Amino acid sequence: MAGASDMNSAPEPQVVLSVRDLSIDYHLRTHILHAVRKVSFDLKMGRTTALVGESGSGKSVTARALLRIIDKPATVTSGKITLNGPDGAQRLDRLRENGPEIRRVRGGRIALIFQEPMSSLSPVRTIGAQIVESLLLHRDMTRAEAKAETVRLLRQVEIKNPEQMADRYTFEFSGGMRQRAMIAMALACDPDVLIADEPTTALDVTTQAEIMDLIKRLQTERGMAMLMITHDLGLVAEIADEVAVMRWGRIVEQGSVDRIFHEPQTAYTQKLLGATLKLEKAHDRPAPPTDGEPILSARGLTKGFGAHTWTGKTKWSITAVDDVDLDLWPGENLGIVGESGSGKTTLGKMLLRITEPSTGKILWRPSQSDPPQEVTGMAPNALKAYRGAVRLVFQDPFASLNPRMTVKQVIGDPIHVTGKAQGRALDERVGELLELVGLDRSVMERYPHAFSGGQRQRIGIARALALDPHVIIADEATSALDVSIRAQILDLLLKVQDQLGLSYIFIAHDISTVRYFCDRVAVMHRGKVVETGTAERICTAPEAPYTKALISAVPSPDPRNKRMSLRTRFDI
Amino acid sequence: MLGYIIKRIILMVPTMIGISIIAFLIIQLPPGDYLTSVIARMSDSGQAVDPEEVARLRRIYGLDDPVIVQYWNWITGIVLRGDFGYSFEWGRPVSELIWERMSATLGVSIAALIFVWAVSLPIGIYSAVRRHSIGDHVFTFLGFLGLAIPNFILALTLMYISYKHFGQSVGGLYSKEFIGEPMSFAKFWDLLKHLWIPVVVIGTSGTAALIRILRANLTDELSKPYVITARAKGLREFDVVMKYPVRIALNPFVSAIGWVLPQLISGVTITAIVLNLPTAGPMLIRALVSQDMYLAGSFILLMGLLTLVGMLISDLLLAALDPRIRFT
Repeated sequence: MAGASDMNSAPEPQVVLSVRDLSIDYHLRTHILHAVRKVSFDLKMGRTTALVGESGSGKSVTARALLRIIDKPATVTSGKITLNGPDGAQRLDRLRENGPEIRRVRGGRIALIFQEPMSSLSPVRTIGAQIVESLLLHRDMTRAEAKAETVRLLRQVEIKNPEQMADRYTFEFSGGMRQRAMIAMALACDPDVLIADEPTTALDVTTQAEIMDLIKRLQTERGMAMLMITHDLGLVAEIADEVAVMRWGRIVEQGSVDRIFHEPQTAYTQKLLGATLKLEKAHDRPAPPTDGEPILSARGLTKGFGAHTWTGKTKWSITAVDDVDLDLWPGENLGIVGESGSGKTTLGKMLLRITEPSTGKILWRPSQSDPPQEVTGMAPNALKAYRGAVRLVFQDPFASLNPRMTVKQVIGDPIHVTGKAQGRALDERVGELLELVGLDRSVMERYPHAFSGGQRQRIGIARALALDPHVIIADEATSALDVSIRAQILDLLLKVQDQLGLSYIFIAHDISTVRYFCDRVAVMHRGKVVETGTAERICTAPEAPYTKALISAVPSPDPRNKRMSLRTRFDI
Repeated sequence: MLGYIIKRIILMVPTMIGISIIAFLIIQLPPGDYLTSVIARMSDSGQAVDPEEVARLRRIYGLDDPVIVQYWNWITGIVLRGDFGYSFEWGRPVSELIWERMSATLGVSIAALIFVWAVSLPIGIYSAVRRHSIGDHVFTFLGFLGLAIPNFILALTLMYISYKHFGQSVGGLYSKEFIGEPMSFAKFWDLLKHLWIPVVVIGTSGTAALIRILRANLTDELSKPYVITARAKGLREFDVVMKYPVRIALNPFVSAIGWVLPQLISGVTITAIVLNLPTAGPMLIRALVSQDMYLAGSFILLMGLLTLVGMLISDLLLAALDPRIRFT
């Protein structure tokens, strides 16, 4: 492992790929968008360069331009891309598009892994067939040799039973397994350069840590140069040697990882780092008292999925949520943390009775003096009132707003449905809500597509607030947002809480946002709550073995204090 | 997979029973029965009708029995003895009349289906890959033209052209000299010369629709990440398109059998009348008009069965093509 100390003494490694003054334009219907402007960087053998930036900064299209696979409206307008190899330098930007020379480079010398492990492999061909295809293209092999090599590659990326798994389809693989298969495919032809475009963004933290371990190990073994594209500064600090920060198509700052993190020169880098580091701390807010009556409780909540057996007996093949007890006190932020498949979203849906619980009960206490009402047995009318008091904010700010409704219709819809206000009063209420979430009243008549992800999430929050709720269930409400916007949205939720006295149930997989936002945290694993405690205690001194593994897999945004490689592991 | 096939075939049974009931109800729906239409025709031509005789015929044909009994007799006859009943109008058992007609219908339909596939697949792929090119616009224009022109006009036009410019005998499936002859190479060649007009006429609208569907599906698939993965592997552009997005965009193409086949079978009727084809459509219409109930019912029943089989084939092909369907 190349640490910070011997980096200075070691001879400068050879440059494999150099990019000079690369510019890319999008020819849109009305104007030309300069997506990338005069970008220069070098990729060196055995080193990792991270290209960091928020969405829309031009980092992905830069990476694809290296392979000459950018899509139609985009064109490379200038710049040199030079690939150095044993046969001398090759100017990739001068090769004919889709010609045989560039096709030899693709997959053979430069390989690409990217974000969506779910959709980046064809679902109708086996994993093995897709890797074999790559081997046959670039290496002189018979089909049988390629098959054997595929099995070897799958074993190398730590897929169990590679012989059988090679004949499986992608949908039989989990997200992490697919990303492993994708890596096996990318590495099949021993490339000199690996481009990893957000390779772990869609994965859980523990899977992310494993995948990054794997990539790092393979990189060291083969001496590949890696271009890592990400928006996650924690990950950058963990694995990059050099960093280039991109914004609006330009590289605003470039340097060694240590310098970028400890002596950032530009205001933008400082802001990015600030937003990341801010989420590393707990917010300084006294936790609300937990000695009164809880506003919402769950007792023995269980949800099983699966069929009846042919004799008519119920047999759950999956127990998504298994005997969960929860209490939410007024004014409290309760975090529910877990990896995908841990049952946290199902739990959230059951609390609203969008999904009916299989067994267990939910108790709802509208005010401290009232007796608790049982939500699980509520009649439709009472349930309507309950759903007005307990609201939901969704993960995906793009899919959760109807594109054919104006902002006013979106936010006003719950008010309209319950008949609480109409006409001018409705307009007034929507205006208030928009101001509450930090948007201008004048946006009322516009459609959701005119807004950015963060603004859309604000609209979603305004919709949740429309009926003066007591509790908001936020299901991964910030995970689709860039880090600087994420902090803004969390601050907005906290501000609204102060003004309206809300309680939140905050479902998330991202430990740092939970630590920043929540008072108490329940950690879920395979449907069960394995540990509950104050956010600070869970994040600093976890007790359950699973929580320990989870917390230690979270990347630390400080290159001098790498955490991931020292993590504790937890097997089943 | 085998279990899936068996399950699908078993599930066809209740559907078939439903279709048979509906078919029987359809032929019972119009007021009166075969005899009333005979009486009407006879009195139109000034012949006297003997009420005694009518009552006797009614009894013989079982027309006085309750509907359920009539249905029961009809369906058990078909299932147990292959007896489709008796055509009043033709004076012959339905089973003698029906097979030749049904096989002609099936033949024309399958030929049309193959035509639809063979034409729409390459054009659909071309249109999606070269979207908004001149070729795409030309095919789109022709496609909408094909959708918009009524089949019988197209049939008349093609008949005119083929008669005027190629000097072919038009109408029917065979030239005069081959009718009644055993099948031979010359007869087959003659069949092909006649078949192209109905196939083009019947297939045009289906082709146009499938081109649009394939173009839309493939356009969606072309921008999927797995296509970029395939390209980043270094595959040739042709292989990238054919092996990855087209494989997935084919699904609606295969499931098209399910809806194109019934469309073809019923769409044949008008064209068949115009072109004088010996298919089931014209005979079915006459049977319905003259309330020749067993003949009409048998046709409806068999067409329903054909549709079900088409659906089954398309589902099985789909399962073979797409592992996501096979495994869930």
